[in-house]
Amino acid sequence: MTSKFYKRLFLLPGLLLLIAIIIFPLLFTIRVSMANWNVSQSGLDWAGGANWARMFHDANFWSSLFRLLYFSFITTTLQYILGFAAAMYAWKGFASRRFFRVLWLVPLMTTPSVMAIVWRSIFREDIGAANGFLRLFGVDPIAWSTQIFPAGVTITIAEVWQWTPFMFLILLAGLLSLPKEQFLSADIDGATPWRTFWSITFPLMAPISIGAIIIRLIEASKIFDSIFNLTSAGPGNATETPAYYLYTRGLREFQISYGATMGLMYLILAILTLTILGQILARVSKPRGL
Amino acid sequence: MNKSFKLRTLAFIVPTVLISSLLSGTFVTGATAAEAGMGPGPKKKAASWTMGGMVDYTKQPYTPKAYASAAKVKDGTQDCSYYNTSMKDYSGQKITILAPPPPNMGEPMEQHGAMFNKLTGGKVVIQHVPIGDLYPKQQTAFQTGVSPWDVVVNFSNWIGDFQQYYYDIPAKYTSGNGELASMLDLYKGIYSWNGKTKFFGIDADRHFLKYRTDVIEDAAAAAFYKEKTGKTLGVPKTWAEYNLMASTFNGYKAKGQPAGVTFAGSSEITKRDDLMSTAFINRVAPYAKNPNVKTGFWFDANMVPQVNNPGFVQGLEDFVASAKYWPQGGGNFGLSDEITSFGRGDSLFSYTWDDAWSQANQKDSPVVGNVKAAPNPGAEKVWNSVTNKWDTPAGGVNRAPYIAWGWSSSIPVASKNKQMALDFLCFFANRANHAIDLTIGRTGVNPSRSEDFTTDFWVKGLGWSTAATQSWIDTMNNYATAKNRVFDLRVPGNGQFMGAIADGVALALAGQKTPKAALDEVAAKWVEILNTIGKDKVKAAYQNVIKLENS
Repeated sequence: MTSKFYKRLFLLPGLLLLIAIIIFPLLFTIRVSMANWNVSQSGLDWAGGANWARMFHDANFWSSLFRLLYFSFITTTLQYILGFAAAMYAWKGFASRRFFRVLWLVPLMTTPSVMAIVWRSIFREDIGAANGFLRLFGVDPIAWSTQIFPAGVTITIAEVWQWTPFMFLILLAGLLSLPKEQFLSADIDGATPWRTFWSITFPLMAPISIGAIIIRLIEASKIFDSIFNLTSAGPGNATETPAYYLYTRGLREFQISYGATMGLMYLILAILTLTILGQILARVSKPRGL
Repeated sequence: MNKSFKLRTLAFIVPTVLISSLLSGTFVTGATAAEAGMGPGPKKKAASWTMGGMVDYTKQPYTPKAYASAAKVKDGTQDCSYYNTSMKDYSGQKITILAPPPPNMGEPMEQHGAMFNKLTGGKVVIQHVPIGDLYPKQQTAFQTGVSPWDVVVNFSNWIGDFQQYYYDIPAKYTSGNGELASMLDLYKGIYSWNGKTKFFGIDADRHFLKYRTDVIEDAAAAAFYKEKTGKTLGVPKTWAEYNLMASTFNGYKAKGQPAGVTFAGSSEITKRDDLMSTAFINRVAPYAKNPNVKTGFWFDANMVPQVNNPGFVQGLEDFVASAKYWPQGGGNFGLSDEITSFGRGDSLFSYTWDDAWSQANQKDSPVVGNVKAAPNPGAEKVWNSVTNKWDTPAGGVNRAPYIAWGWSSSIPVASKNKQMALDFLCFFANRANHAIDLTIGRTGVNPSRSEDFTTDFWVKGLGWSTAATQSWIDTMNNYATAKNRVFDLRVPGNGQFMGAIADGVALALAGQKTPKAALDEVAAKWVEILNTIGKDKVKAAYQNVIKLENS
């Protein structure tokens, strides 16, 4: 009995911490989502499912989610391909690789706001470096932030630049931890580098790749800084994502309860999507017949 | 066994209490802060400032070097002059101020705070937060009954949201020998709610037209315009003329055009969440503000949103059409971009706040001497929301200047040291400080008092040209006496209403929706917002806006 008591007692600090930082905020958010907390109504009255009903009819929220799917997919795919390529390059070894490894981490160490401001300067349509560079070759300036397609490209470039090093770092660590035996066998059997990559390196890297992709997707789903600084979700609402939409409604317009509702729905969808995606990726990339 | 029972009981009670309190809403209450006292007030002491002495910012504690070129002004004789303030002893007392970061309003708060401390021995603490946080920070604090500030810097269009949390500024500050006595009635009205002054007026704003004289007053340009359009060149009287001139001179080589700068038609605020809705208001005002309709610009008598009536739609169509003659990147201009763009000579026209005007008149501006001001264009027709027909205005043009919101300051009811807060704000806004701050563009302080509207002050003080200054002062005087003006929607939820406008207008500007469809969507959102906040609540507040419009 005493032993059980002490065991429980030792669990208590962790349990309290869990309640304080996860359970309570979550319950509180659920409660807020069922109230009318806004500019003129403070506190927690009872609105039932009104905010939820409103959200299901809010076309802007749902379209922002679809836009997020697009941005997440494009940026994460590009980051994975580029990060993997760079990691392979660093893994195989080249001169000054330590220097380049550090250099690769610079974008990752840059705070997103600073990064966004730098890109904003580069993509300014009137005096920005990107259009200045294009003019050198007689190319007409591109409307980087005022036309729908280029605005999407601008956000994608900024995101890929910042987060590819993360992929690089994780994948390089994975490559360095791979067992040597399979590669030696392949070498003895005379496998081409391409064949070695597809039959050995890539399958062995699958678990690490899935982890890296999932982590990146979680991060990408919160995309905000670059959109806030580069396009303000424009032109129109062409680059508006749920994080930006939530910020506008919840914080700027002080629709606290409605913001909480959208936040919860977003959380539910993110958990569901990422769980399903993780399962699919794990099945598809399961190493076979090594 | 007994211990286990207790633990189980506790395990049941804690979550039950937690969840039930959440459900009952006891964690956040809508308590409105009770009015607290005025604080101990100042003790009297001997003056440490010479009566009528010169006020020179370079001799003050806050970054004196930054004011090397600032004007020097003789101290006033009003209640909060340097001399009178120096006789107040606030040692041992402190006030906390919520303010934006320097320079706009953040810098003068620091500047005058440091000097107030020196004169009175008190302590003024400034909490700087990003401009975007000023509203949510105040809203959260006031709603939860926690107000850590004695002074808050804010915008006057928030009055509908916050007036109940703000202390009434006593009449002695706005009349008699008070520092704000000479403020124009127009601005006194903006800073009031139901006849009570809620804001200590430290700034005042309006939107007006800025145009390039090296085109509009140039004979060669007039001939060019005549040849292209068959019309006579002059300051545009309507938005249609504005658009025509801007499109005609888009790409034109203006006489005073700075080297390497491509000339475009118009620099406007177009970035969705960077005050673009204010540009829209200018565009629609003369089409939708009918002097014969006394039931309001934004809603009709039954609180039906007017934001999609044909007047608003026409204004938005003009705005959308103007995209063809914006400078490169002009479709993503926030306020600061608009200011910079016009100031460096990008375009023929610009409108909105005074800042672009100040920038263009600075000695180092590439367009200095080539810029004048005028009232914003009007419209050749105006929608009548009562008859649901277009009216032809008397004189052929309907003017409806937009008296836009500006910086302001208030004292929360919950402040425990209101007297010191009042004395500080009064010192901030005293005649000498106000005069010098007006001449420093970055302070965010703009003309609002009768003494500000004299040519000499600007010509002698800042070296502006007489003709340009006169055009500006004439414009401001025109606005001060105009009978058909548009004001902000000063009701609870102003941010939501304007957010919906920004969303809709952005869709139209991006070509994702037609102006009519975009504004129909805005109107539908407005109905939702009305229902959420409460139609009666908004209607009651809206009467203050109608009163201003009809004043």
